[in-house]
Amino acid sequence: MSKRNFAAVIFFAIVAIFLVFGALLMHPFGEFGEADQEHYPEMDQYIIDNTQEETGADNGVTAVVFDYRGFDTLGEATVLFTAVAGVIILFRRLKK
Amino acid sequence: MIYNIPYIAVVALILIGLYAVIFKRNLIKIVIGITLIESGVNLFLITLAFREGSIAPIYRGSGSNPLNMSLPVPHALTLTSIVIGVAVLALMLSLIIHIYKHYNTLDVSKIGREKE
Amino acid sequence: MSGMSRIVKTVTNVAFPIVMIYGLYVIAHGHLTPGGGFQGGAVVASGLAMLLVAYGSVWTMGKVKEKQLSVLESLGAIGFIGLAFLGILMVFVYTSFQGNFFNNFLINQDKIPIFNEIGEGFANINTAGVIPLMNFAVGLKVIAGLFAIVLVMAYATRLKGVKQK
Repeated sequence: MSKRNFAAVIFFAIVAIFLVFGALLMHPFGEFGEADQEHYPEMDQYIIDNTQEETGADNGVTAVVFDYRGFDTLGEATVLFTAVAGVIILFRRLKK
Repeated sequence: MIYNIPYIAVVALILIGLYAVIFKRNLIKIVIGITLIESGVNLFLITLAFREGSIAPIYRGSGSNPLNMSLPVPHALTLTSIVIGVAVLALMLSLIIHIYKHYNTLDVSKIGREKE
Repeated sequence: MSGMSRIVKTVTNVAFPIVMIYGLYVIAHGHLTPGGGFQGGAVVASGLAMLLVAYGSVWTMGKVKEKQLSVLESLGAIGFIGLAFLGILMVFVYTSFQGNFFNNFLINQDKIPIFNEIGEGFANINTAGVIPLMNFAVGLKVIAGLFAIVLVMAYATRLKGVKQK
């Protein structure tokens, strides 16, 4: 076993131990609310209570994507545009 | 312990993807490994959005109770992450087509070592 | 790539309008049911990719050039940013509007009568302000972008000397 292969196995083992240890120590799945005061989500509770008056939409996820966090959607549209431009440039034949 | 099963599934997906990126030599298998890591991260983002006994965040006429809905912000972040994953996969595959036309092989240990 | 047999072409002719109508339904009702611009755009783009598989890339490239697709995608991007900037510029037209970036300037007012009510959970289409217009702009951008990627990659890897049916 060469030196490079040995270093790759050690790196993989360290990342695996770290991830498994982190997965077992996470807070239990789906526990929020009054009983667990340090994890109570205040921003999401405000969004759920005030979506119908402030945006007028019935879909909470679309209201968050396009109204409360519209700037992130602008960044994502830019990434999609850059990817399409890059693919079209790579397959262009130069006219000789 | 049984309430941590979604997090163990996320760790399994990320570790299988990482194994494919480090230890395989075909270029297509490395790209599949990168896509598996992407799917694991998306699953983790969706798992953080659950409350005990909740439903989807859509308002209906008389049956919607605002104390019973899931959190809508991680759903929005997961949508953005999925679209960015598609864009990165498209660029990776076009670069692989160009590498194959130039070197005529798909083996990682045989390309890029020209000492000029 | 070359086209497929006559049975596949006939079934594609029947299934293609159904997939397009379903995708446009998902885009247009994005503010009432789960869906929206990105999801509906992916559905329509997969319907167009089915057309590409059934008829071959040489025939499809003869019908749709990639210049028209890039014009459509740029129209979608300009529409999205224009709607975001109209939130600032509406202060100069009607002085009772508030001037922010990404402001939802079409709800709760009577001067422009499009999409100006507030939804109460009864699935009224006439609600939610700027959001349906943004859904159409982003849906157009995603349709043109994804179909351009698939078409260019399929046309550039065709085999020379294969007999086209």
